[in-house]
Amino acid sequence: MELAKKDLLGIKELSKEEIDLILDTAIPMKDVTTRDIKKVPTLRGKALATVFYENSTRTRTSFEIAGKYLSADVVNLNVPTSSVQKGESLRDTIKNIEMMGFDVVAFRHSMSGSAHYVAKNTDMKVINAGDGANEHPTQALLDLYSIREKKGSLENLKVTIVGDILHSRVARSNIYGLTKYGCEIRVVGPATLIPPEVERLGVKSYYSLSEAVRDVDVINILRIQKERQNVGLFPSLDEYSDLYMISPEHVKLAKDDVLILHPGPMNRGVEISSEVADGINSLIVEQVQNGVAIRMALLFLMLGGI
Amino acid sequence: MRIVEKHKVMDDMGMKRALTRIAHEIIEKNKGVENVVIIGIRRRGGPLADRLGEIIRNIEGVDIPVGILDITLYRDDLTTLGPNPQVHRTEVNFNINDKVIVLVDDVLYTGRTVRAALDALIDIGRPRSIQLAVLVDRGHRELPIKADYIGKNTPTSKSEIITVKVEEIDGKDEVLIEEKLNE
Repeated sequence: MELAKKDLLGIKELSKEEIDLILDTAIPMKDVTTRDIKKVPTLRGKALATVFYENSTRTRTSFEIAGKYLSADVVNLNVPTSSVQKGESLRDTIKNIEMMGFDVVAFRHSMSGSAHYVAKNTDMKVINAGDGANEHPTQALLDLYSIREKKGSLENLKVTIVGDILHSRVARSNIYGLTKYGCEIRVVGPATLIPPEVERLGVKSYYSLSEAVRDVDVINILRIQKERQNVGLFPSLDEYSDLYMISPEHVKLAKDDVLILHPGPMNRGVEISSEVADGINSLIVEQVQNGVAIRMALLFLMLGGI
Repeated sequence: MRIVEKHKVMDDMGMKRALTRIAHEIIEKNKGVENVVIIGIRRRGGPLADRLGEIIRNIEGVDIPVGILDITLYRDDLTTLGPNPQVHRTEVNFNINDKVIVLVDDVLYTGRTVRAALDALIDIGRPRSIQLAVLVDRGHRELPIKADYIGKNTPTSKSEIITVKVEEIDGKDEVLIEEKLNE
């Protein structure tokens, strides 16, 4: 069993078997990250470049440390201080990275489809680390891993995704992944942030938060992307938090062992209350730990056998 | 291409006797089993390690720790193997610092698996020493590695295949010499 494609551009293109392989491989990888000596030699001689045209704390750092734990060489292109600022095109930038001998690039850009464009224009393997509002596959994989680790299985769970579905690549990748496991997926948020066509992906739209979270196994809370809210899709952050912030009373409406996920960075008091963020149902810090294991698994599966 | 059985090296009773003798040798060499732990290399070293632990328990009346080592991330031949082998967990749930480790595998051949296992062990602790127990030594070493305990020395040609079957994985215990025939 191996991954069928050269690149990881989205969850949409992965089979359930491929997702299972990645999640299964992440289990021993997580063990490596908790040992005294957090390093294995398997990717010695391989090189990873992270190229992020958008800000990131977790994703970029965890790609870097994942590569280092596997003994790959890792270089981070600092886009704001790079020749991108002198007007160098994306295609030229990537070609130059390729010619330095990198084997794989983890790539983030605000434009949907940009990772696909990069993949078409390079021989390096490409991991999509977030492209606009399209997909963020490694986030979805770490979410699936975190849920499976706690619940034992992903089959037929009820999952509610809360917030800005319209702009969310995390939502889209999670929907693609969870539907492969027969999960019942609900999306909820202000009507202006729920695209009408989302139901075509096999999810059900809700506008009442209390209804949407009733009896669910998982609540995945999206960040309100303040940087994408200048067009007036909801009146104010206060009104948003009045209607859609997850607070302890919503957690009570869900199943007793409901898992609370959030991809970070959190806006405490906007989409999630601090009590929920730090509560016993919260998986939010473990998601970060699992993110390293997932990225190790991917790098190993994409680079280990070539 | 067809694989044909040429010779049965061990049956279930032969395997049992070999493991019992190795267990006695481990006890004798280490003057008891204080500080001795047993670690099998996945996959078939795992069940063999369990059995050695059980036999030693029966002889000495003490429990000794038994673990499993997955060496996939330490192999030097991933680039030539084609699709990646599945990585599994290393299950060594005890401290190996200052312990005498008996590393167990089914077949000793080139020595590369043992080389990888030594690196993997050193990454999880600093044992006092590492000894090697194998069910079959078939020769053709490519590295300076030798076993301390050997079930059976079985000279082979490189075109032959040694197949070890264990009850826990394969449903029966036996060791076969097989050969690939190009037809």
